[in-house]
Amino acid sequence: MDEQAPDYDLAVIGGGPAGLAGAAAAAREGLSVVLLDAGPRLGGQFYRHRPGEEPARLKALRRGLASGVEVLLEHRVWSVERRPPGFAVHCLAGTRDERPVAVGARALLIATGAHDLALPFPGWDLPGVMTAGGAQALLKGGVLAGRRIVVAGTGPFLLPVAASLARAGARVAGVFEAGPLRAPALALLRRPGRLAEAAEYGRSLLEHRIPYRGRRAVIAARGGDRLTHVTVARVDAAWRPAGGFVEIECDALAVGYGFVPQLELAVQLGCRLGPGPAVAVDAGRRTSVPGVYAAGETTGVGGADLAEVEGRVAGRAAAADLGRGPRPDPGLSRLADRLTAFARSLRDAYPVRDGWRAWLAGDTLVCRCEEVPYSRVREALALGATDARSVKLLARPGMGWCQGRMCGYAVACLSGEDPALVTPSRPVAQPIRLGALASGDAERP
Amino acid sequence: MTAEFEIAFDGTPVPAASGQTIGAALHAAGIVSWRTTRYAGRPRGLFCGIGACFDCLVTVNGRPSLRACLTEARAGDDVTSGPDVIRAEGSPDG
Ligand SMILES: Cc1cc2nc3c(=O)[nH]c(=O)nc-3n(C[C@H](O)[C@H](O)[C@H](O)COP(=O)(O)OP(=O)(O)OC[C@H]3O[C@@H](n4cnc5c(N)ncnc54)[C@H](O)[C@@H]3O)c2cc1C
Ligand code: FES
Repeated sequence: MDEQAPDYDLAVIGGGPAGLAGAAAAAREGLSVVLLDAGPRLGGQFYRHRPGEEPARLKALRRGLASGVEVLLEHRVWSVERRPPGFAVHCLAGTRDERPVAVGARALLIATGAHDLALPFPGWDLPGVMTAGGAQALLKGGVLAGRRIVVAGTGPFLLPVAASLARAGARVAGVFEAGPLRAPALALLRRPGRLAEAAEYGRSLLEHRIPYRGRRAVIAARGGDRLTHVTVARVDAAWRPAGGFVEIECDALAVGYGFVPQLELAVQLGCRLGPGPAVAVDAGRRTSVPGVYAAGETTGVGGADLAEVEGRVAGRAAAADLGRGPRPDPGLSRLADRLTAFARSLRDAYPVRDGWRAWLAGDTLVCRCEEVPYSRVREALALGATDARSVKLLARPGMGWCQGRMCGYAVACLSGEDPALVTPSRPVAQPIRLGALASGDAERP
Repeated sequence: MTAEFEIAFDGTPVPAASGQTIGAALHAAGIVSWRTTRYAGRPRGLFCGIGACFDCLVTVNGRPSLRACLTEARAGDDVTSGPDVIRAEGSPDG
């Protein structure tokens, strides 16, 4: 049914820092490589840019893609399967008129990145409320999420988001970190190179007079048909509201509680996960399935520098396993270890605490797609549901278009499960129309 | 951003630039929602910004259920909001 494309040694899925570096490293060792990305330009989230404004580092990474790499943009991979002696990668090519395309490769590198971790709260479905990464992505496309913006959530990512919004001309009414404020300094001290970066964000906040408050959370968004205010509260160590409620006027809220790795392709192949919601890999970024490698945020959230290094390690390991035998590079391994330790310390410094549940009202939507309010999740629990799966069957959260990407974390927590241990089960990684599945044509009817 | 061409949203012209997504063009024009939900009829626009949440679904030139945050605008695109463009996963649309 699919168009059979020529075979490659390695198919790299995802053209962010991890996939770019992986493709380049593998090609350098002589592998024939295909690099697939859903987007119209390479770069992933970190190097997202408008046409003609390619960041310098991305240009350098792209130059690294020697002639051995074929780049297929606007190719969304919706499924991968084992097809001995390698794998078949099923894509939909094009953005509007999708064409099914299949690519065969002896080995796979999964570098599909992450999406924001969203937590529900009253009003989080109001237009004007966006994820922190979403606001950043919009800005990289040249558009401000609003004129007067509140930034909230947890983690070091809130700072560059606030700083870049302010620099682009938005009034940032405040940055509200649900955790304590001293954490970032401690974590950053372990990697002095990053202190300068942190100091620069700090200067930006000062310069634009942006308040940065710890132990504060946006516990509600208000407005009729669009956001007009948020309610900020002081929260205790568990993130339960503890007084100090203030209403802040704003037309946009950028909110993020970290990132969730996109694991569906790895799950389809049966790759082992863990620790946490991440593909398990060895020092060469090999997953538990022979011939499948993973790098970047799919193996744990660690930022663009680490993603790039992991990609290089994976590309070299794939080459070695296919008999090319690149020389060992102890310097690269040491760098990977150092960056991994740093990423872990940052992750540990910004855990999501349970008290966000106290932000929910009965009519707060937990699942945005199927419009499932918290009260219905509670009913399902009262009816005897004891895990996320049975809550889903009874109340239907996570059964809509996004397949639980937005509510999966919350539904797992509310069902009494550890979200890190709930395996996302999505038979297709991207929505696909029956027409595209059934048609034997390369063209849509 | 300098406008390079126009698209239409429910008949109203909206400036857009090459490489800009339909979602970004609408948002920049102050249009922050372009569909309503199936049950409660609530307005929705951009949320995740990267194709993960499916809140931003829009109809372009009669083609329904495209993610506005991913679909780059083309000159003359006829973008329409729908009361309900959410349909079941994998539903055939011709
Ligand atoms: C919305 C968002 C914005 C972010 N902005 C920043 C920022 O400004 N600064 C910062 O330091 N960090 C940012 N991050 C964190 C970011 O994840 C990392 O810094 C870095 O981009 C990770 O690199 P990566 O290669 O692992 O993944 P990514 O850069 O996310 O690249 C993954 C690539 O895989 C592609 N892909 C995914 N699934 C498929 C599929 N099924 N088929 C085909 N292609 C697919 C995507 O299109 C994407 O290009 C952001 C994260 C998100 C989610
Ligand atoms: S804004 Fe989430 S899919 Fe478009």
